[in-house]
Amino acid sequence: MEEIKKNDDKILSAQNVHTTFRTHGKSVKAVRGVSFYAGYQEILAVVGESGSGKSVLMKSILGLMPENAEVTADQILFMDKNILEMTPEQQRKMRGKEIAMVFQDPMTALNPLRTIGFHLTEVLKRHRGMDKRTARKEAIAVLEQVGISSPEKRLDQYPHEFSGGMRQRVLIAMALCCRPKLLIADEPTTALDVTIQAQILELLKKLQDETGMSIILITHDLGVVASLSRRIMVMYGGLLMEEGLTEEIFYSPKHPYTRALLQAIPKPQAGDRKRLEPIPGMAPSLIDPPDGCPFAERCKFACEQCEKGIPKYRVYSDTQRAMCIFSAEELDARERKVD
Amino acid sequence: MAKYIVRRILTAIPMVLLITILCFALMHFAPYNAIDAMTTPKMSPETIELIKAKYGYDKPLFIQYLRWLNGILNGNFGYSIVTKQSIAGDLAVRIPNTIKLVLPAYATAYILAIILGLLAGSHKNKAADKVIDGISSIAIAVPSFWFSMLLIFILGYKLKLLPIVGMHSVGKEASMADFLRHFIMPFITLTFTFLPANVKFVRSSTVTQFSEDYVLVQRAFGASRGEIMFKHVCKNVLLPIITRLGMALQLLVTGAIITETVFGWPGVGPYFIKAIQGMDYPIVMIILVLSSTLVILGNLLSDILYCITDPRIREMG
Repeated sequence: MEEIKKNDDKILSAQNVHTTFRTHGKSVKAVRGVSFYAGYQEILAVVGESGSGKSVLMKSILGLMPENAEVTADQILFMDKNILEMTPEQQRKMRGKEIAMVFQDPMTALNPLRTIGFHLTEVLKRHRGMDKRTARKEAIAVLEQVGISSPEKRLDQYPHEFSGGMRQRVLIAMALCCRPKLLIADEPTTALDVTIQAQILELLKKLQDETGMSIILITHDLGVVASLSRRIMVMYGGLLMEEGLTEEIFYSPKHPYTRALLQAIPKPQAGDRKRLEPIPGMAPSLIDPPDGCPFAERCKFACEQCEKGIPKYRVYSDTQRAMCIFSAEELDARERKVD
Repeated sequence: MAKYIVRRILTAIPMVLLITILCFALMHFAPYNAIDAMTTPKMSPETIELIKAKYGYDKPLFIQYLRWLNGILNGNFGYSIVTKQSIAGDLAVRIPNTIKLVLPAYATAYILAIILGLLAGSHKNKAADKVIDGISSIAIAVPSFWFSMLLIFILGYKLKLLPIVGMHSVGKEASMADFLRHFIMPFITLTFTFLPANVKFVRSSTVTQFSEDYVLVQRAFGASRGEIMFKHVCKNVLLPIITRLGMALQLLVTGAIITETVFGWPGVGPYFIKAIQGMDYPIVMIILVLSSTLVILGNLLSDILYCITDPRIREMG
């Protein structure tokens, strides 16, 4: 079903991405054949728990995997350029310039011995060929854009003089330096406290509006993405379990895993005294992943069939598909029976 | 920053005093003392008492200590029991000789270690790393006296290229060429002694830096290998290495005791060894105090260097 096609409304599209780590004679299959796309000017959320392969998938596309990782794919198109056919040097030049990435832990993402200004101007000099003075001016402008006050003074300060939230702003500023077409934000708020999280997400949203870039937001918090993203991808066990528009995922989830995830979100509305429903069990081992659906052993609808081979996608709309042998109606019927 | 440095200097002073007390006490509690070295069993008890009184050994211990300390502070290091020579005068000749040997050797080892360590660390588990790290591991285990014997055997005895003992040939004290010929073998030995531990240190420091998050972030922003190496990793690796310089300060006095002794180099080494063998307590004590004081000074120097180079510490205090 994944015919290779060119699509003008997609900034990034990847077919059948596999990423395998080899360590100590074992291989860890972190991503096991994922196809997805990100549209122009959209915020795509990639949701999944730790070890679901969401970060690895994005790093694989950027060519940021360590040497013991093997990445294969039928095709990875970024603005009609096939990333797989690029030389490492071409890939390097693309990183930071056309696709930028912001990471999870802002506390360790900056070199403690270099000033904020050094970090920013390096990127500007590298990708936009600016001289020192113009780069400095531009760096001040970018810092202002991400909401850092008295940027001129801040430029000469070191990372340890910034709080976590401010460092994440600096990293976002670094990412903005070259006006990338696509920003990949890998759990940008996980290491921050809740009030700061909201600020950073708002900032991302604002910047997306201003610049029109596309954002892929990796997170393990469905609540975070609800108000932000246009589309959501749900990953589990190295596979894409379900994707759809944000409304589709929230209001008519098709996959049992997505449904379980949504039931695990706290809803602090008045009168709602239902207990949260955690998903029992643990994520499957990726060293020796199950032959069938990776969610089968934790799924309340699972049957024998589930363990025989990875299920095919069921397509529900132009935008929504889910990887489950049961259709949504069948699941609804079973749910009533279980209850 | 100035405040921090002043504070560090002030805390170093009691440490040095403590060390003098420790050295003095250790020597006092040793099974023999200076009187044993000066007397013979045939002497009458009266004579021994007389000698004790002459050298102040009849006074209470703390008086002995204070007089000794007072001497050191005034640059009077006392006299050798065996040769009756002024220790300060002896050291004034011996220490420069040792420095002439240790300083070039350490500098060479240090620079080589940075180059080899960075090379190995940045190519972790590749051929270059395996060779450099492997040889370092072996070299750490090679005793310096054995290595110097090997050099003497090959270069001095078999090939007869170099003199095997001393710093100058008799009558050629002013000849630089003659000095260099004597210098080569102990220099190689010492460089070889200092090198492996430093290489390993630089290497592991480099490996750690390369695994830091900021390296991945730099890659994500399109930095090339060279840029990551020279604009980021290098500086972060050099920081702990600079502080090793301070730690090496005491090597200038006691860094080559074995090598100097093997090659008969007229430095502190043979002087110290001979003093130990001859129970020449004043010399042993002075050298102990001197080298441990240099350790403290070296630490102080490291801290100050750290303070100057690391912005995170610069802010403090």
